[in-house]
Amino acid sequence: MSRPEHIAPPELFYGEAEAEKYTRNTRIAAIQAEMTLRAVELLNLAEDTPHYLLDIGCGSGLSGEILDEDGHVWAGLDIAPAMLDIAAGKDVEGDLFLHDIGQGMGFRPGTFDGAISISVLQWLCNADKTENRPRYRLQRFFSTLFMALQRGARAVFQFYPENDAQVEMIMGIAMKCGFTGGLVVDYPNSKKARKFYLCLFAGQAAGGHKQELPQGLDGADGAASVAYTQTRIQNPSRGKKPRKPAKNSVEWILHKKELARKRGKEGVPLDSRYTGRKRKPKF
Amino acid sequence: MRLITHNMLKCHVKNCSDPDKQFPLRFKGTAGAEEVKLEQIEAERNDEFLVRMLPRLEWGALAITAGELNIPLPDKVPSDPAADDGFLQALHTAILEMHVLEGTMFCNGCGHEYKITKGIPNMLLGEHEI
Repeated sequence: MSRPEHIAPPELFYGEAEAEKYTRNTRIAAIQAEMTLRAVELLNLAEDTPHYLLDIGCGSGLSGEILDEDGHVWAGLDIAPAMLDIAAGKDVEGDLFLHDIGQGMGFRPGTFDGAISISVLQWLCNADKTENRPRYRLQRFFSTLFMALQRGARAVFQFYPENDAQVEMIMGIAMKCGFTGGLVVDYPNSKKARKFYLCLFAGQAAGGHKQELPQGLDGADGAASVAYTQTRIQNPSRGKKPRKPAKNSVEWILHKKELARKRGKEGVPLDSRYTGRKRKPKF
Repeated sequence: MRLITHNMLKCHVKNCSDPDKQFPLRFKGTAGAEEVKLEQIEAERNDEFLVRMLPRLEWGALAITAGELNIPLPDKVPSDPAADDGFLQALHTAILEMHVLEGTMFCNGCGHEYKITKGIPNMLLGEHEI
């Protein structure tokens, strides 16, 4: 599995070209939509009432569009300007911020009814710059997020952990900052469709009952709506092109003549539209 | 950026001097000045949401911001806001329909400037501020 967070820091990786690709690709959009719907479901909000939500790593607004559809009012943070430009161009209703979440967030206590984040947390575990210390950044992020949430609100993070140590580190820091909750794994038996949701509770609502960790989906009642195949589907038109032209073809003849000219051979025939053309059969 | 979110926002520089001055972020230049650009985008009104958000808003700070940006806002919250249609409409227009497109916010405490371009505030901090 490719890991974009190993290639470059997010604000550089999601440059204009990658942001465009990310947004236009219908498969990515479908997967993102499915994960967003699942994350909102895990937030366990009261139905049919609009809430004030935070979208951490909103990117080009793929998840924001779904929040808009549900009528929620939201604010989105992202570090990649190119992605935010696309989101702004799409007229999503949420407020967008160019923000590095590892630097902490400046929201007043008890602002949001919930927070979702799709495919972001693994980026925070990277030390891209000398002053970046992942543990410190995670701690600053989780502590300011805890403050910004209403008591009893939830924060759901879909993420792609690299290994168990990373999960342990992230969860350990979140617990230290006051969150309770745990990891929900959907489709644990499928290597491709398996999804990790870190489901955190910011304390308990006043007079509320103890929050229970939701169950992960196991795929018994209908698998994920986006199909995952065993092998990658290759587009034949994008396959490797043969480097050499076929022998005796027009391109081949032109190439040979060009070579001969370059080598200073004399008497190389001129190129014309008749070059390499088949003659008519003669009687 | 809408005023509802601006009202939730404070300076997040790590060692910002005075916690009382971190909020609200002030706007540079008064209303109508060239630096500040506003746009009104109509949105669907939801009374239940407005009433529920009302305790979370800092009315004093909202009044300051609305004054700076020249956005009309009722003087004070009526005793029964849910029944006051005129108040709810004015509040809805002010906090959910007015978008700040261009401008500069600054913190009263540490003086850090947050520039807004195309409606997106730049909240990135320098190395010495984290």
